[in-house]
Amino acid sequence: MPREPVRIPVSIDALSILRADGGVDHDLEPDLPAADLRRLFETMLLSRRLDERCLHLQRQGRIGTFGPSKGQEAASLGAAYVLEGRDWLVPSFREAAGLLWRGWPLDTFMYWWGGHEAGNIAPEDVNDLPMSVPIATQCQYGMGIAWGLKLRGQGAVCATFCGDGGTSEGDFHEALNFAGVFNLPLVMIVQNNHWAISIPRERQTASQTIVQKCIAYGLPGLQVDGNDILAVIAGVREAVERARTGGGPTLIEAVTYRLGMHTTADDPKKYRTDEEVKLWEQRDPLLRFRKYLRDKELLDDPVEQEIEEQITARLEAAVKLYLQVEVAPYEFFRHMYAEPTPELRRQEAELRAYLEKPQPAAAGQADYDRVR
Amino acid sequence: MAQLTMVKAINLALAEALRGDERVLVLGQDVGVDEGVFRATEGLLQEFGPNRCIDTPLAEAAIVGGGIGLALTGFLPVCEMQFDGFSFHAFHQVENHVRRLRNRTRGRYTCPMVIRMPYGGGIRAIEHHSEAPEATYAHLAGLHVALPSGPRLARAMLRTAIFGPDPVIFFEPKALYRAFREEVPDEPEEWPVGRGVVARPGEDVTIISYGATLRAALEAAEELQEEHNVDAEVLDLLWVAPLDEELIHTSVRKTGRVVVAHEAPRHCGVGAEVVARIVEHSLLYLEAPVRRVTGFDTIIPYFANERTYLPDAGRVVQAVLETVRF
Repeated sequence: MPREPVRIPVSIDALSILRADGGVDHDLEPDLPAADLRRLFETMLLSRRLDERCLHLQRQGRIGTFGPSKGQEAASLGAAYVLEGRDWLVPSFREAAGLLWRGWPLDTFMYWWGGHEAGNIAPEDVNDLPMSVPIATQCQYGMGIAWGLKLRGQGAVCATFCGDGGTSEGDFHEALNFAGVFNLPLVMIVQNNHWAISIPRERQTASQTIVQKCIAYGLPGLQVDGNDILAVIAGVREAVERARTGGGPTLIEAVTYRLGMHTTADDPKKYRTDEEVKLWEQRDPLLRFRKYLRDKELLDDPVEQEIEEQITARLEAAVKLYLQVEVAPYEFFRHMYAEPTPELRRQEAELRAYLEKPQPAAAGQADYDRVR
Repeated sequence: MAQLTMVKAINLALAEALRGDERVLVLGQDVGVDEGVFRATEGLLQEFGPNRCIDTPLAEAAIVGGGIGLALTGFLPVCEMQFDGFSFHAFHQVENHVRRLRNRTRGRYTCPMVIRMPYGGGIRAIEHHSEAPEATYAHLAGLHVALPSGPRLARAMLRTAIFGPDPVIFFEPKALYRAFREEVPDEPEEWPVGRGVVARPGEDVTIISYGATLRAALEAAEELQEEHNVDAEVLDLLWVAPLDEELIHTSVRKTGRVVVAHEAPRHCGVGAEVVARIVEHSLLYLEAPVRRVTGFDTIIPYFANERTYLPDAGRVVQAVLETVRF
């Protein structure tokens, strides 16, 4: 047999609707109700203001290390908009905008970054997992959720997020492989924000794009402009519809940018240039969406002012709730098992006795005599 | 002589090893341009270049698995896990290969590598950044497990780990990275695998500890002396695999009273092994039941409550007094 090229049917699109210069591709523009567009804008702005408030709280020492989502709001928000309540959203840790759309209360984020387990509790009416810190691990249970949904056969789907750094972890690849083999209703969304702490996308993978990794697992893939909420909505909608109707998984690369620091514990000036950041500031998803809505006459100064005031009030209320939080020091013994083990009960009693009893009185000579 | 923090002393040990032996490589996430999230690799990229201080893609299993291959081809890799909680991404490589390579090839191949990681709580970090998994690794035969508690010995132990013949899991108490300074001599030092030290001599009771918890043990010893007239001896194990049995038995046979303190959970923790050795070999010297002051058998709480979970001097004092007053 002669050598012949292996023929792999490959075609991957890059989708952009709302261009950085404010122009719109009207052929591709999704037809969204005006009320939805306004709510999307409100949520995107809310996420941005939540970020700013958390940075402020961090500087005041009222929360711990904080990792902002600034610049990446459109990617998770657009995806969350497409999902239904019965669908599952499995986040990484820069999906605040999407989680806000799903109804996660503002104070929950403050609990999370403020060092309280209460930050992990999803609202009752959505199927969402809490933020996941060990990179890409969530890809696996997201895949498993999609598997369960398929076995249940009710047409629900799972959207799972990770970052460009996450695509270097084995978990990401194993999850995509299973999703392909079992034809699972999974939408795997990679927020390619170009930086995994100090490591640029180019040092994360030698492949030209992240989306092309779909080829290896036999899945369709789509690259979307992740700072263009219309492209995210259109792209994720296509993937969700395919998943819902038995068409299996899709890999979506949302090309975006982390405008802020990885977390408040690092200084991005150490590893990237101001010029690069400025370039991406011009592609800010919030500015683009605002311009789009203003051009459509859905937004003007008075309306935006009103939205800002509502957001400020909501944030004030959330901060107030957060600052009032009191957690019993033994609360961490809860929820280890369905029933605490006898040893765990004993340890909790030991801690209570220590915390509630006065410190042991000085015994001086008595102790000396006992020992000797 | 220089007064260095622990993170600076670790940085010095890495630089000295890289400078003195071209087989030494440092690899991990953000160890190069960013100089490590705690700055443990500060200046290394600049001095030794990107082929010896290597920023890798984000994959702990590949950092460790790749490290095995580098060790097999004659290098001495020093792999960094950015945080304790992320080391489990690489656990299968450690369990299946790092610790077994010498044994399964009947000595034909060895795996002289170091896996460094910041461990433990106390810095108000988010989830998965405050774990103390030393017992998990100490349970894997074939590994040495180091837990320094101060700058000078951290530098010496890391040098021993890097140039030693066997793989070492090197836990760095992140709460102590910048907690205090210590005199570090100009010339590199080594510190033998499996040797602990008497951190504070005493006659009445033995407090056995290591890593970040050693500070609580020493503080407790001062309080016991001043408030209760109890003269506690504090042992710093430094290595939890292998254990310095001679150090433990010598002290226990002298005092007859023992408290073991560590921040990792109690069940199957290092304290359990220490106490078992004492019971096996020094039982008849004991004047009172041994006590353990540890983290609890839960997940370490998020940082708002981590101080309640971590052993403090007060809990050590209470346990010592119970032992003394038995």
